[in-house]
Amino acid sequence: MFPEKLNVPLGKWVNRFVDWLVVNYGDGFEAFADSLLTVLVWLEHILRGTPWWIMVIAIAVIGFHASRSWKIAAGLAIAMIAIGTLGLWDKAMQTLALMIVATSLSVIIGVPVGIAMALSNRLRAVMLPILDTMQTMPSFVYLIPALMLFGLGKVPAILATVIYAAPPVIRLTDLGIRLVDREVLEASRSFGASRRQILWKVQLPLALPNIMAGINQTTMMSISMVVIASMIGARGLGERVLMGIQRLDVGAGMEAGIAIVLLAVVFDRIGQAYGKRSQRSPLAEDKS
Amino acid sequence: MTDKIIVKDLYKVFGDRPDQAMQMINDGIDKAEIFDKTGQTVGVCGASFTVREGEIFVVMGLSGSGKSTLVRLLNRLIEPTSGQVLYDGIDIAAMNDEELRNLRRRDMAMVFQSFALMPHLSVVDNAAFGLELAGVAEEERQERALHALDQVGLKAQANSYPDELSGGMQQRVGLARALANDPSVMLMDEAFSALDPLIRTEMQDELLVLQREHKRTIIFISHDLDEAMRIGDRIAIMEGGIVVQVGTPEEILNNPANDYVKSFFRGVDVSTILTAKDIAAKRQVTVIEREGVGLKTALNRLRNEDREYAYIVGDKLDFHGVISVDSLDAAIKSGANKLSAAFLPDIEPVSHDTQLSELIGTVAHAPCGVPVVGDDGKYMGVIKKANLLATLDREGDGANG
Repeated sequence: MFPEKLNVPLGKWVNRFVDWLVVNYGDGFEAFADSLLTVLVWLEHILRGTPWWIMVIAIAVIGFHASRSWKIAAGLAIAMIAIGTLGLWDKAMQTLALMIVATSLSVIIGVPVGIAMALSNRLRAVMLPILDTMQTMPSFVYLIPALMLFGLGKVPAILATVIYAAPPVIRLTDLGIRLVDREVLEASRSFGASRRQILWKVQLPLALPNIMAGINQTTMMSISMVVIASMIGARGLGERVLMGIQRLDVGAGMEAGIAIVLLAVVFDRIGQAYGKRSQRSPLAEDKS
Repeated sequence: MTDKIIVKDLYKVFGDRPDQAMQMINDGIDKAEIFDKTGQTVGVCGASFTVREGEIFVVMGLSGSGKSTLVRLLNRLIEPTSGQVLYDGIDIAAMNDEELRNLRRRDMAMVFQSFALMPHLSVVDNAAFGLELAGVAEEERQERALHALDQVGLKAQANSYPDELSGGMQQRVGLARALANDPSVMLMDEAFSALDPLIRTEMQDELLVLQREHKRTIIFISHDLDEAMRIGDRIAIMEGGIVVQVGTPEEILNNPANDYVKSFFRGVDVSTILTAKDIAAKRQVTVIEREGVGLKTALNRLRNEDREYAYIVGDKLDFHGVISVDSLDAAIKSGANKLSAAFLPDIEPVSHDTQLSELIGTVAHAPCGVPVVGDDGKYMGVIKKANLLATLDREGDGANG
């Protein structure tokens, strides 16, 4: 037995800290939550208000724009129609809204953090264990404090999703920038590039394929997290999965599960196609 | 020619305590010992030399001799530890960031061994890269980039991407990128070393053509002596971070400063480097053709000197012809009295700047040593067979034997 005297009451400390946060900064968190909610509700309203066939066409057009392939565009349209035929169109739109907001937030936070990590070894040393924690910590552990700070509903779901889904885009942005050829950097310096020019004209364009791969991964992870987040009151497809489990209704769970997979496939194909197009040169394609 | 770049006492110490290493250098301690005691590496040690405007200045040395470091000290891709680099009299080592950026954008462009092109940009955008950094307007930079590509013969590939081009073509893009900025100084770091020998020679020729059209000051780093000899107006030889000798190719070839320099020339094809004037010797009998010097006088001189041939020059040392004992005898018998009657018919003088490789045949077939003349027709000496053979067979000894 490990001597009890040496136990560190970490749990108590965290509880106290969360309580303190709620008491002192509750209002601030609520204001932040409200603004996030406004965006989400607005987006959800648009997605659910759009006629289904316009959405299907829109997805097909985006698919074609990304891949320049009619086959992929048609496949994506069929996948969207399949979701509709399962009777889950409305739920899927709710999930989609949640996913878009969570992914956008992840990218908005993740890309600059990744850039900063690539430029500073010290920040990288600090960030790597934090990213590991974000990815391995069981999600319920932070779902609950999020619940306490923001209340039940969509906002804690989005934040939990961001925590879980942001690491890939951060890591791959960092990696992509670090992989840029040293000689190319030296050449840009020799032609008088400032640090800002090097970042915008050399490092980011060359890191773009990796950043796109990171965004794609982040999208996938946020779709999977959205399901878990349904347990704290996020609506959408996850809600149906949860309901299926609770009522032992295997069929309903399966339907919702398939709809989630279809949604994931649609966004994966779009993301990958854009990723490929960002790799302008055939040489870079060989590496992938 | 004016001095474009003056390098004064330039040092580079790699490591975290350069001051300590500099102190030890000042105390006269050598590189190896400094590294043992402090872990500091002296990359460039007290380099001083002058690059003249419009010349190709080759810095040569084995790998690790500090030549690539040296060239990066000139545009401060590597910060010098101490010393000065004067560009038109202004010290680059003391410039602030903005002055340095402007220098790199306007005056000094660089070409890299590994090409270092931007893979995500088309050929024309690569060529325009430096102009874009300098904030040149889109239209103008396209035009200037296309002009630069035209100069290196790549205009047709303007919309290709670098990885669609061969190595030689990629380096042409690298060259065009440097030319587009219209710099007065170009730094070329082993620019042609990664290319295969045929393309390398082609690129060297092209560089010389470009240089003929528009004289730029070029500092060219190379480990290849043949390359250095071909394109270099002057050569600096580096060994272990120290510039051991600076001079024209002939000067270095004929008077190597030490064994290291000498060792470079072992196996070098001297026949393409040395010219007739380098090995012409003035040890033959010369007869000045003037009033009172007749056939008999000449014959007497040859007999006295125990030589077979004599070279006839005018009173301004301009070459007239070659005579031999036999031709003199024949002329005397036929009753002529002018020296020109005894001139050997088949001997043509060679010009002083003929490469040795081109006069091997002439020398081999001539009965006597072949006379060498300057541009003004002035007699400069004679190349004999033994003389030429000894030079071609040299093992790094002096050529004027």
